[in-house]
Order: sequence, then structure tokens, then C-alpha cells
Amino acid sequence: MSAPLLGVADLTVEFPTRRGILRALDAVSFAIAPGEILGMVGESGAGKSLTGAAIIGLLAPPGRIAGGEVRLEGARIDHLPAEAMRRIRGRRIGAIFQDPLTTLNPLYTIGRQLTETIRTHLPMSAAEARTRAIRWLDEVGIPAAARRIDAYPHEFSGGQRQRVVIALALCAEPRLVIADEPTTALDVSIQAQIIALLKRLAREHGTAVLLITHDMGVIAETADRVAVMYAGRIAEIGPVAEVIRAPAHPYTEGLMASIPPLEHRLERLAQIEGAMPRLNAIPDGCAFHPRCPRAIDRCRGERPALTPAGATMAACLLAHA
Amino acid sequence: MIVFILARLLQAIPVLIAVGVIAFAMFRYVGDPIGAMLGQDYSDAHRAELMHKLGLDQPAYVQFFRFLWNALHGNFGISYRVGEPVATLFAQRLPATLELAITATVLAVLVAIPAGVYAGIWPRSWVSRALMVGSLLGVSLPTFLIGVLLILAFSVQLGWLPSFGRGHVVHLGFWTTGFLTLSGLRALVLPAITLGMFELTLIMRLVRAEMLEVLRSDYIKFARARGLRARTIYFGHALKNTLVPVITIIGLQLGGVVAYSVVTETVFQWPGVGLLFIQSVAAADIPVMAAYLLLVGVVFVTINLVVDLLYYAVDPRLRVERPGHGR
Repeated sequence: MSAPLLGVADLTVEFPTRRGILRALDAVSFAIAPGEILGMVGESGAGKSLTGAAIIGLLAPPGRIAGGEVRLEGARIDHLPAEAMRRIRGRRIGAIFQDPLTTLNPLYTIGRQLTETIRTHLPMSAAEARTRAIRWLDEVGIPAAARRIDAYPHEFSGGQRQRVVIALALCAEPRLVIADEPTTALDVSIQAQIIALLKRLAREHGTAVLLITHDMGVIAETADRVAVMYAGRIAEIGPVAEVIRAPAHPYTEGLMASIPPLEHRLERLAQIEGAMPRLNAIPDGCAFHPRCPRAIDRCRGERPALTPAGATMAACLLAHA
Repeated sequence: MIVFILARLLQAIPVLIAVGVIAFAMFRYVGDPIGAMLGQDYSDAHRAELMHKLGLDQPAYVQFFRFLWNALHGNFGISYRVGEPVATLFAQRLPATLELAITATVLAVLVAIPAGVYAGIWPRSWVSRALMVGSLLGVSLPTFLIGVLLILAFSVQLGWLPSFGRGHVVHLGFWTTGFLTLSGLRALVLPAITLGMFELTLIMRLVRAEMLEVLRSDYIKFARARGLRARTIYFGHALKNTLVPVITIIGLQLGGVVAYSVVTETVFQWPGVGLLFIQSVAAADIPVMAAYLLLVGVVFVTINLVVDLLYYAVDPRLRVERPGHGR
């Protein structure tokens, strides 16, 4: 792997509350290479979105980075001053959010929102920024971009709005885009188009993507590698094909088994017993052991590190074949 | 757009007619102007003669339409108390009230919006908490008390500002203004603060609440993720999204300020229509009271129309074509 574009090491995020400190991300480490698409899956509350928010420095207070580091092209960007971090957002790390119906300001034309983003980050005249905005709208597949640029968000469909959001995230040509559930709020028929668009743009512009989703199908179709999150930790990370074909962590295994196969009908879909623990009740040792069908005594007391297991890396004591 | 304005104007007509009916009913049924004019000793013939002269022996609807017709021509009758045309009295006093109301509102808006934005952005800061506690006082203290306290502090104790009147005014055609002389401006300070205080605190609390709400929205989070400057986010994106309710309240309050400047004008002996109204109530001067009622109705209807037009300007989602004209 070439030098990573983004390096996350032992990233820990905590929320101080009245009843003690909640650890929402616990020593999360991964890297993204230039141009790579890293998928991140997990249940709601596993810490996927939080990872994205922590990287771009937009944790909702009182959440804070309590440990570890985030490096962008080698330089640390956690705990940067607010103004320095602002210059990174949009310019070097773009972001795409879940619901395109609410991520655009309803009171401004999309052209205004595009040009203000472009001119915030790039030294351009209003006319140049407008030309660039039209080119980006064209690139994300908005028909008649030169005319539609002066339309308001409510004049676009949901899928089109997500295309506009993508244009907004990419218009200053960041090297990395964090896409947080970019298709979850869309119709199934639109989802595939948006994913295809994202994939094409990432390839054409050499943009790396952190693709956060709970949809394993989207990951399988799009990502180069996948990180599986559970209770604020990475359970397994590795090339998508390997993780799907031969998952090394029992949680990943359960996750894969719960995807309905296309070839044959099942009487009943496999499911993992129980539910993910709440943040204030994460068990000692392996966070997954109460639900794990293969748990042994050691799992209760010893926290597994992320270590190579076959073609992937897994945080499981049993996975080291 | 023009259709919209016309539709709103048509809607305003029934409202104004209703106000007219109430004003007219005051004429007919509150007190007995004839008795007041004739004094203690009079004969039935005197009474009948005067009623005929004043047109009071005609059917109610005839009187009503005559009242409306006259009102439309700016003729509101003669004041019982002063013996001058009501329209003249109002023309003399309206500039004072309007200048006071507008100054109070401008003052309130200029202070309330920055303060509300600040308190919305940093709700936990010491300054925000102080603003909120202070605003509770502003909302709950009665206007006359604020006025009296201000007079006590700045006129009686410190002697900085006059406690009553309008100072020297300059006549500009039909308009008299206190804006152009130092004494006029000095006289304006205390009444404007008194009148604007409630409005100020109300707008500030509203802006703060709306800002808190808007700053949680996805498009603000996305604006942050796009790396926009804090200034752009707060004043360009967030504040504009708070404007629709804020404009509504400013509009309603401006109407309220014009209509109910009665208390402030009384405290400061401000020679406006509010003071005129209070003096007329004391003297049962019904033509003045009725005209005041109509004036307040017109002010409210006008402001509501302006507010609706401002919604249009602020929020593009309201500029939807009617069904059948859409694309």
C-alpha cells in the first residue's frame, strides 16, 4: 500500500455525561490510500458516523477526541485550531450527508451555495466560480446545468438533490470525501445511480472515499476495503471480497449470514441473537462476547487486538489461523 | 405577485368594515352626545331639532354608510372636546407617534437581533445568560414602570435627558419632526427605550430560540462541513432561516407599538395620538376614539400585508405558482 492519504490511529472519542464518561469510539485505527474507497459498516450506534465527524473536526459537543491521532497526508489534523480545520473541510476533505432533503439551505439557489463553497476555498472571481459550478453540476448529471444553477433546492427531486450535494462536496476537489450514508434516504432505484456516480467521480478525480453505510450490498458493489465496526471498535478490516467470502470475526460472519442470498430462498434469515450493548454497558474483554456463538472464557477478560487473520485483520482471539 | 397583493387587499376589506361597524356602534350606543351637548335643561323640541341637524334621526344603516363615506374621505367629524375636525387633530399628532414607534422599533431590532444571534450561538456563555435574565425583566416589567424608572434615573437623578414632551420640532410641510434638532433627539431617547423594551426582549428571545433550532439543522452542519466561514454560516445561512417568524413578530409588534403607545405617551406626555386617545377617553370624545380605532385597524392591515410580502422575499418556497400555472 502506498503512503496513506488518511491515517487514523487509536482514535478515541468520549462524551462526558452526568453519569460518567461514555467512550463512543475506542482505539479505532485504519488508513485510507489515495484514490481508495474504504467502506465502513456496522449497526446504528456502532460509531461509524462518529468516526467521520471526528475526522473532519465536527463532533457534536460535548463529544471530544480523547486520544489517538488523525493524520492527513502525514500531518496531524486532530486538535488543529478551528480556523485551520475549517480550511481543511471542503478543500481537502469533503463530506456528503445522508438526507439530501435537509442538507441544502432552502433559501439559497444551488448556484449560490456552490459558488460560495468554491470561492471560500479557491481564489476565483464570481464568474469563474459560476463556470466551475455549472461544470460540476454537469458532471454530477444535472440536466441543463447552466439553467438549473439558478433554481432553489425545492425545485429538485431527492436524487437530484443528492447529486447537488455531491457536487458541493467535490467542487473544491478534495482528495478525500467522507460519505455518511449517502443513499440511505433515497429510493432504491436512485441508490444505485448515486453509488455509480460516486464511484465514477472518485475514479476520475482520484478522490479517496470513506463510505459509511449499514448496507453491506452498497459496500460490496463500491468499496475496495471494508471496516466492520461494533460498539465503537473495529471488529474486522480487509479487502471487501475477502471479508465477504471468508469473514474472520464471528460478528462479521453473523452480519454476512443476515444478508439474504440471491440464489435461493431461505425459510428464515439468519440473525445475530441479542443487541449491541449500550455505550454505558460495554462488557469487558471482547465487546461481542455475550452474543458470540463461539465465545470462550478468555473472551470475557482479554480484549482482542486487531491482528492479521488470513487475508483480513480481525479483533478476535479465535481468528488467528 | 400582483394577483397576490390584490387578493390580500380584498381580504383586508371585510376586516376594515368590521372595525368600521364597531367604531360606528361606539358613536351610536356609547353615551349620549345630545345630552352632553345640551346640558341639563332642554326641551324635547330642542333635542329633536339637534338630532335632525346632526342626522341622528335617520335609520342606522344610512348613518353607517354616511359614516363610512365620510371616513373614506378623511372626515371623521368634529371632536366633542376640542371642537376641531378629528382629521386635523390626527394629522397634527400622527408624526409624533410614528416617529416614536419607528425609533423604538429600529432601536429594538438593532439591539435584539445581534444579541439574539449571540445568545443563540453561545447559549452557555456568561453574556448570553445575563441577556436572558435581563430579557425576562424586560418582558415582565410593565411599560409604565420602565418609563417611570428611566425618568427617575436619567431625568431626576442624573438630569441628562428631558422627562416629557418632544423638544423642538421642525415643520416639514404637513409633517413635524423631532429628528432634526438636538432637543428633539434628546427628548426621543427615553420614550423610545420605554416603548421598545418589550419588543426588544421579545425579538431577542425569539431570535435566540430560532437560532438554536436552525443551528441544529442538517444544512448548517453541511455548511460547516463545506468549510464555510463562521460569519457566513451564522449571518448568511442561519440568521436568514430564522427571519420568517422574526419578521412576523416585528410586524405585529410594530402594529402594537403604534396602537398601544398610549401608556408611553401618557408617561412622557408625548404629544402623539396615544395621548390624544387617552384624553378623549377621559372626555368621552367618541369621534376621536372611533377614528383611533379605524386608524389602528388600517395600521395592522397594512403591516400584515407588508409582512406577507416580506415572506415572499425571504422564502423561495412560498413563490410556488398556483396549480395549473406550475411547470
